[in-house]
Amino acid sequence: MSCVPPAMAARLDVVSKLYGNFAALRKLSVEFAVGSSTVVLGDNGAGKSTLLRMLAGLIAPTRGTVSVFGAEPKRHRRRIAYMSHEAMLYDELSALENLRYFARLQAQRGDCACGGPERSLRAVGLDPSLKRPVGQYSQGMRQRASLARVLQADPELLLLDEPFSNLDVDSARHMVELLTEFRTWPVMGTADDQALRGRTIILTTHQAHLAEPLAETTLTMRGGTVASTISRSAADPDQAKEDAR
Amino acid sequence: MSRVLNDLRQDLSRARSYFGHVFLHLQKDLRLEWRSRDSVVGMLFFALLVVIIFSLAFDPTAAISRQIAGGILWVALLFASFTALNQSWTREQRNRVLEAHRMSPASPSALFLGKALANLIFVSFVELILAPLFLIFYNLHALGEGWKMLIVMPLGTWALVCNGTFFAAMGLRTRNRELLLPLILVPISLPALMGMMQATTAILTGEFDPGLWIRLLIAYNIAFTTVCLLLFDAVLCAE
Repeated sequence: MSCVPPAMAARLDVVSKLYGNFAALRKLSVEFAVGSSTVVLGDNGAGKSTLLRMLAGLIAPTRGTVSVFGAEPKRHRRRIAYMSHEAMLYDELSALENLRYFARLQAQRGDCACGGPERSLRAVGLDPSLKRPVGQYSQGMRQRASLARVLQADPELLLLDEPFSNLDVDSARHMVELLTEFRTWPVMGTADDQALRGRTIILTTHQAHLAEPLAETTLTMRGGTVASTISRSAADPDQAKEDAR
Repeated sequence: MSRVLNDLRQDLSRARSYFGHVFLHLQKDLRLEWRSRDSVVGMLFFALLVVIIFSLAFDPTAAISRQIAGGILWVALLFASFTALNQSWTREQRNRVLEAHRMSPASPSALFLGKALANLIFVSFVELILAPLFLIFYNLHALGEGWKMLIVMPLGTWALVCNGTFFAAMGLRTRNRELLLPLILVPISLPALMGMMQATTAILTGEFDPGLWIRLLIAYNIAFTTVCLLLFDAVLCAE
């Protein structure tokens, strides 16, 4: 039986990131397989956000190499979406206006699995006809609008930085269900590379219990490097069998 | 032949997409300003204040007014435009929207061009309100070819907003960006300011031909618009 290694959605190779004298990441080497779902845990300052921002192509490593789908992150802007602590939406516009604006900038290729701005907003539990500007939303509503923004981008690599902060438990559970469903959305592509395509999620959180359904792999970061890696198959063989079935 | 046609079709499609994005950014900036009104109101208030204070301080005759009006008008607009230029990028920084732009597949220069055009509209709007007041307060009527002001005003305004939008973006990551913008923009805009003031004075006094200064403004605008468009990607993606 031949064993084919999984295709990599993202890879960091001995990456360090320095801010002055402070090392946010220290010689970090980690890989994320296509179609995988990873939860990154760690204390404040452990390097979780820096890791995500680097994968998003927003910051460059001081040393080492970062590749997403085999190239520099900025070469795959259409395939990556990043949800930060902040909403990344204009306060003066309504959620629908914001989403329409970003959808047109994204200029989606052909059919989009998300179904457009209105459906994305409904999917996160927001009313698309709400005229109120985002600046008047509660933190939780902003967070949901922000999730709708990234989902409508139809990304193959979804980076979520603390998506459950400011959400009540029910909303967080709903978000996890939506993300689980998102992983099953078909990825548009040619037949040749269909096997290499899948939805990959990397999520950072302090609320590990909420993200559990998405934690196929759990990375714990400490002091800018990976302190431990637990994959669900190793942690729970019964669950692994169930997943395989 | 078909390959050439195909390439041409692709180039056209790319250009259409690029200008579609420029229009999208412009539309968004106009909408944001319409809802907040923080740039135009600030600019208008400042420009009016400068024009009124100078008219009260000098009490000039009609002849002296024609000599100094060009300088006063453009200095008032230059300083007033700092408000709009800083404000336009502050909106992008709020909620880290700029990072969404950095991750977008749309061209960064389309964002720059859309924003510069929006600033051009804001400053032009202030000019439209300021012009009649300026004529009344300074008792002005042009002795030269007054219609040439229709060429000088947009050229001069574009020189201010194009560089201003670019350098305001450059200062985004600095702590004292409100202070930094005038420090960089004024020296760089000196040739353009010279052109605007001299051309305006030439039109108002009718003593000399503004043609040379208008050509200087055109050349300045072509050079700086090109440089700003080419370098904006580096400015936007700088950490």
